Amino acid sequence: MVLAEHKHSDGTLARLPSFQDNFQQTWKDRLPVLPNETGHIWQVECDSPQLVDFCRWLTQELEFVFATLIVDERADGGWSLLYLFYRDDKSPWVCVDLKLDPGTAAVPSLVGLPHGPSFDWHEREAEDLFGVHFEGHPRLGEFILHEDWPEGVNPMRRDFDARPRFEPKAPEPKWVPPTVVMAPGSFSMPIGPVFSDFAESAHFLLETVGEDVIRTIPRFFYKYRGLEKISEGQSADRALLLAERFSGIAAFAHGLAFCEALESICGTEVPSRAQALRTVFAELERLRSHAAAITGICNSTALAVATSQAALIEEDLLRLSCQITAHRYLFGLLVPGGVTCDLSLADRQQLDTAVAAIAKRLLRLLEMLRYSSSFLDRLEEVGMVTEDKARAYGLVGPIARASGVARDIRKLFPYAGYRTIEFAVPVEQEGDGYARMRILFAEAEQSAFIIRNTLSGLPDGPACTELVQPREGAALAAVEAPFGAAFHWLRIDDHGRVVRYRVTPPSFTNWHGFHLAAENFAFQDFPIILASFGLSNAECDR
Amino acid sequence: MANWVFKGLQTGIKSSAYPRYSDDSPGISPGRPTNTHLRSPAAADELAARCPTEAISRQDSGVTINHARCIHCFRCQRGVQEKASWEPTYEWAQMPEIAALNKLANVFGRSLHVRFVDAGACGACMSEARQINNPYYNMHRLGFFITPTPRNADVLLVAGPISDAMHLPLLKTYEAMPTPKRVVAIGACAASGGIFGPSFAAAAGVAEVIPVDVIVPGCPPPPLAILHGLLVAVERKPPATSGCSAPSGVAAA
Repeated sequence: MVLAEHKHSDGTLARLPSFQDNFQQTWKDRLPVLPNETGHIWQVECDSPQLVDFCRWLTQELEFVFATLIVDERADGGWSLLYLFYRDDKSPWVCVDLKLDPGTAAVPSLVGLPHGPSFDWHEREAEDLFGVHFEGHPRLGEFILHEDWPEGVNPMRRDFDARPRFEPKAPEPKWVPPTVVMAPGSFSMPIGPVFSDFAESAHFLLETVGEDVIRTIPRFFYKYRGLEKISEGQSADRALLLAERFSGIAAFAHGLAFCEALESICGTEVPSRAQALRTVFAELERLRSHAAAITGICNSTALAVATSQAALIEEDLLRLSCQITAHRYLFGLLVPGGVTCDLSLADRQQLDTAVAAIAKRLLRLLEMLRYSSSFLDRLEEVGMVTEDKARAYGLVGPIARASGVARDIRKLFPYAGYRTIEFAVPVEQEGDGYARMRILFAEAEQSAFIIRNTLSGLPDGPACTELVQPREGAALAAVEAPFGAAFHWLRIDDHGRVVRYRVTPPSFTNWHGFHLAAENFAFQDFPIILASFGLSNAECDR
Repeated sequence: MANWVFKGLQTGIKSSAYPRYSDDSPGISPGRPTNTHLRSPAAADELAARCPTEAISRQDSGVTINHARCIHCFRCQRGVQEKASWEPTYEWAQMPEIAALNKLANVFGRSLHVRFVDAGACGACMSEARQINNPYYNMHRLGFFITPTPRNADVLLVAGPISDAMHLPLLKTYEAMPTPKRVVAIGACAASGGIFGPSFAAAAGVAEVIPVDVIVPGCPPPPLAILHGLLVAVERKPPATSGCSAPSGVAAA
């Protein structure tokens, strides 16, 4: 067996089997076409009967992680399904390409595998939006489209018109919440979709027997705005606005992912100064997003002064962003080929001083929080996610890193300025609310470090290249957004119009794992578990 | 716990002077484009063509801005010969004509209970709405409170283009509120649908579902603009006149 070197989260060297050599040994006679490497992706053509076995081999033997499922309707009426996998070392992507003939709309479901949960939501989404049936999936139907949407109408199909309002919906739809716990005296407590505070729309059904909540059944996609559908047929310029604005608090990260995909299709070389500036803005966004998440955690435990302190840091970062880039949420900064806003020497000095001061304030806040026992009591051993579960669900971002999974796209597939910059990826093992909060603080510190380092070595040159000449093609871009790994897959035609745009945001991946943390807990801990996840519904629902 | 008390005292008072005095701290507002006279009709046509949401329309040799549609993309600012002029303001709340006609006498006094509904907002509007609770803007000092039930609410604060699944919850929240009530729509999506609506999955703003009294344009509107919207709803501040200031001569190129 051929092995590639790979560093585990605890620093020990582990050896993971390499893909290409093991494929030769195991699958040479069983799969019709040998994989070919295009760019950084191994393309494997697979057929329905082999799919389950192949994906089991890939995820279990080779420890690949499922990233995203891309469904596309071919012109001849058949389906093309791309299953994308990556691994927590620097090996190339694996793309399992499943082609279905016209008339067959059934695919074997992969949820039965040990890593099945990571496929679960993707299959449900494809069934809802495309009408592709996954044989053996226990929970299909009524996922993204709620009960008022008529059966058999699939909005992502090519013949569905996205522009006009879609009217044939039930006016007073019937929805009966699912009940799982059948103990005497048990009841369900609905929360949402409208909350008593500034919370995003989502619905949580807590099944309780008195004070203890046995399990939580979340229901999302109240905010589904059809991002992937309405971007079809749009020019790349306009689709970029959609990519920026579907999740305003991670606007730069998603805009960047879109631009990276577009640039890799068009073969655009982004100047090194633009790469560095993109890194600075992306980290500024991460810093602000983490400060907001910390505010949320302090607020959920009703620690008033700490909430105010964190909120002041957050607002100071918003003001700083506005002074440096003219927008508090970094909208309008990206353009294919670079950034629209260069930083003058004065801007750079201001940013450097302000970020250093904010890193110090965060450090002091963490020191105070660590010695507030009443605060720690609320966070420790609350909302546990074990490492095994985090791996099975393919969780990403700070939540995975708090459960011992050192997964960071900036290290795995470096983009923008991360190719050259050195930084640490903090990892915690406990997987509870406190570990997640410590990760937020540690990453905020790293972000400040990256910003200051990048600014001090900012290369000279233009901040943008000539206009990108669009050409036909498809590409995948992976970006570490503040909440974790975001996968954007883009296909454009030769006029630069979007043919298919698939976004798998980190909130979509991680909300799926939320129910793991929200099991067997005391009712009053619910807001804390919610805040320690700190995810965005706008990002998840698209 | 004493160190927290000390920390709070050490931080001091951070609240904005607004609305008693104007607040011009750097970075509190991104500003917005205003009606502009340009040197040539061609330059005006270029600006109108660059605007992705048709917020800019040409009038003679100038441009007028429909702020309800502006999504702060800066495409009328960056990479153009002649820019639209820019105002660094935040008192943006406007009253649709219909709401101004139906204006009742001020029945809310000085205090106000607000219910917030997220109807498909992107998160930036939500984040800015959350900021009006932070120590800088502190809505409580103005007598504004968030209420946990629509039964106690005077004002419904709505963000987002109204995604289809939130249509019914929004309607039910509105119907559960006692009269008199006001609806404040925040953000370009809530005002006009923004870049998301109307489509198969979302409406073209709040007005398609319930009557709107105050619109706070912006993408997203900064916290002081949202506070201005609430002050307009209780008639403690006048709304912005016609949505933008008067044309300000030839813009600086």
